[in-house]
Amino acid sequence: MSGNDLRVGVFVCECGKNIAGSLDCDAVKEYAATLPDVVCAVKNKYTCAEPGQQEIKKYIREYKLNRVVVASCTPRMHETTFRNCVAEAGLNPYLMEMANIREHCSWAHINDWDGATEKAKDIVKIAVARTRLLRPQTEAVVPILKEVLVIGGGVAGIQAALDLADAGYRVNLVEKEASIGGIMAALDKTYPTMDCSI
Amino acid sequence: MMDVGRHPRINLLTYSEIEDISGYIGNFHVTVRKKARYVDEDACNACGECELVCPVVAPDEFQQGFSTRKAIYMPFPQAVPSVYILNDADCLGHNPIACGKCAEVCEKNCIDFDMEDELIQLDVGTVVVATGMDVYDPTEMDEYGYTRFENVVTSMEFERLISAGGPTEGHFVRPTDRRTPQRIGFIQCVGSRSLGSKGNPYCSNICCMNTVKDSLLLKDHYPETEITVFYMDIRAFGKGFEDLFLRSKQAGVHYIRGLPGEIFEDPKTKNLTLIVEDTVEGTIKDYEFDLIVLSVGVIPRRDSNVVQKLLTLSRTEDGFFMESHPKLKPVDAPTGGVFFAGCAESPKDVKDSVTQASAAAARAQILMNTGEISVEAITSVCREELCTSCGICVKVCPFNAIRGADAKAKTPAEIIEAMCKGCGTCAAECNFNAIMMKHFEDAQILAMVDAMLEEKPLEKIVVFACNWCSYAGADLAGLSRLQYPHSQRIIRTMCSGRVDSEFILHAFEKGAPIVLVSGCHFADCHYIDANRWTQKRVEKLWDKLERMGIRPERLQLEWISAAEGQKWAKTMRELEEMRQQVTREEVEFTMRVLREAREKAEAKKRKKAAARVGPQPKRTTSLEAMA
Repeated sequence: MSGNDLRVGVFVCECGKNIAGSLDCDAVKEYAATLPDVVCAVKNKYTCAEPGQQEIKKYIREYKLNRVVVASCTPRMHETTFRNCVAEAGLNPYLMEMANIREHCSWAHINDWDGATEKAKDIVKIAVARTRLLRPQTEAVVPILKEVLVIGGGVAGIQAALDLADAGYRVNLVEKEASIGGIMAALDKTYPTMDCSI
Repeated sequence: MMDVGRHPRINLLTYSEIEDISGYIGNFHVTVRKKARYVDEDACNACGECELVCPVVAPDEFQQGFSTRKAIYMPFPQAVPSVYILNDADCLGHNPIACGKCAEVCEKNCIDFDMEDELIQLDVGTVVVATGMDVYDPTEMDEYGYTRFENVVTSMEFERLISAGGPTEGHFVRPTDRRTPQRIGFIQCVGSRSLGSKGNPYCSNICCMNTVKDSLLLKDHYPETEITVFYMDIRAFGKGFEDLFLRSKQAGVHYIRGLPGEIFEDPKTKNLTLIVEDTVEGTIKDYEFDLIVLSVGVIPRRDSNVVQKLLTLSRTEDGFFMESHPKLKPVDAPTGGVFFAGCAESPKDVKDSVTQASAAAARAQILMNTGEISVEAITSVCREELCTSCGICVKVCPFNAIRGADAKAKTPAEIIEAMCKGCGTCAAECNFNAIMMKHFEDAQILAMVDAMLEEKPLEKIVVFACNWCSYAGADLAGLSRLQYPHSQRIIRTMCSGRVDSEFILHAFEKGAPIVLVSGCHFADCHYIDANRWTQKRVEKLWDKLERMGIRPERLQLEWISAAEGQKWAKTMRELEEMRQQVTREEVEFTMRVLREAREKAEAKKRKKAAARVGPQPKRTTSLEAMA
């Protein structure tokens, strides 16, 4: 895709006061609008909430966005959320990139308004730079075998094995000792019911 | 327990260990070593004749060594499976002086001295890790005299002494004279909440309530017993717990806030004395007891590293397995398709273990019910026209996902997508840019470096952080509101193995004063040992930088786990100090030296390429290659 076809949308999240309390989200949004190929920059109170996601979808359609940057929290938290969101608007989920301005910025520089704001701008700029080169990807689908391995036959392993077996799955329960029961079997009585452990 | 043995859908493998696990979410291949128990599990009807004739006497582990068992024995009466086991280390039949008495009397002929370990192969979609816990060994806390004084016992030993199934059939006696103790002291937090060199800093969760329970059992069986509990705080936070605690107090159990410094034994009476400051009353008193119970803490299983390695799990600083998210995914392991149940994840009582086990079962069912899952499209691709068949990628791939690349046969590398986990080590090590890492392409990463250093590069620290550990460690630092200077800018890759030397040199050429490469600790690497290649690569770069007159210290390598938010913040502060030592002149010199070296290398390559005939693997800069 040549550079002229790129249409990037940037969505800056305030996350209530989690982000907006430590840095200037308006300044970040305005800065984002100046970055190459960015055709719209939007600020939301909670981007992950339904209205925030609706807005992303609306802008994708209205502005014919083909790249999305969500400047909010860690991708370890909401990457799937936003991938699904852009996919619902017809965009390949791999064309969405997150800019982590919360865990790595607003929360880490609470009393450094200017520093955090400058850093957040940079984080968005870096994400936009990456986004411009992203390509659509297709995920492989793998089957899930309907059989389980439970490692350990103490009270937890026993309960998990029984639940899964009762639910109809074949369970392999592997115990290191000669009998299941674990530590629990060696206890005389257990609290709070004060009854036998076995 | 009995239900497990009888369940038609449970394949119970006891006396068995996991030997190997390969594969990925939905498709794990497991090898289990079923150790020889020398007794035919299907045939044994637990008649016990073998045990009667066995001449060997050994300490009974189940009874905490308070009684004995034979070399062939039932682990405990309610054992599941209800089958005997022959301990080959104890058995004479395995010695030159053959015994074989048990085999002679066994009517079912189920004893087989030649039985061998069996390797069982399983294919499963999900794994529940319920490896449990170990009990803290108070030997190191010599002030409590656990190994010196017989009448100092642990809470685990207490359980056997009071149990109707125990060595004394529930008649509670003390070890030295087998008389029922009249004055019993409990010492809490042994091995837990310790800030010193002995024991662990965390709270073991169960010991307070266990002691409350023990005190009630004693008061129930022996109402006249004087019981004193020495504690820091009583943590009775669960449902019904405060009730039990009050019942214990009403039954006359004394609770004294204060822990003793030392325990002394009267050599004649074998009674124990201790001096304690009651921190509520502000008085110092001494106490004499017939028996002291050390309320020992819970520790991670000593062999946790085996399962950790096989399933590429992480452990938190306390040594327990780390969950995917402390609040939102408390049951999921970071490895897809793996779930935690019970004390493997943190110290828990029975109720919490059962709760988490049911949660783990539900989480596993969600996956298996769906029947399929899409996996992230982050895998590598070989561009055959650039491949020189050198084979380095085959060598570095931790998952053996690359084949071909035969220099003699001139076959290009072939990446088996289903086996590729996406660490990107092959792409980083390939000298010909023949391997492209989907979604983490060279051009994408270099563009991030460029964007980062376009303005005020001197004020910025370029940080490469792996998704699983270091990036997550940075997340945790933020989540914990740990504060550090704002100079660092992060580039996330799935693994530190992806960080190509070219990225680092590019960052220095663009004016970075400091570059950090961070990843998982060696045992924690989510791509087996891909980060070993990271280290080798960084070490090579240190040499190269030094040769070029660039201070190697400006390239830092740090292993920071997902649990080490503190270390992340500390590292960032240290890097900022280093950054301030880097001068503009130094950076300008670096930029010039690196630019010249790159231009020279490129010119050389162009010349070489021009000299060849036909299509040649050409060393393009990655930006060109991706265009």
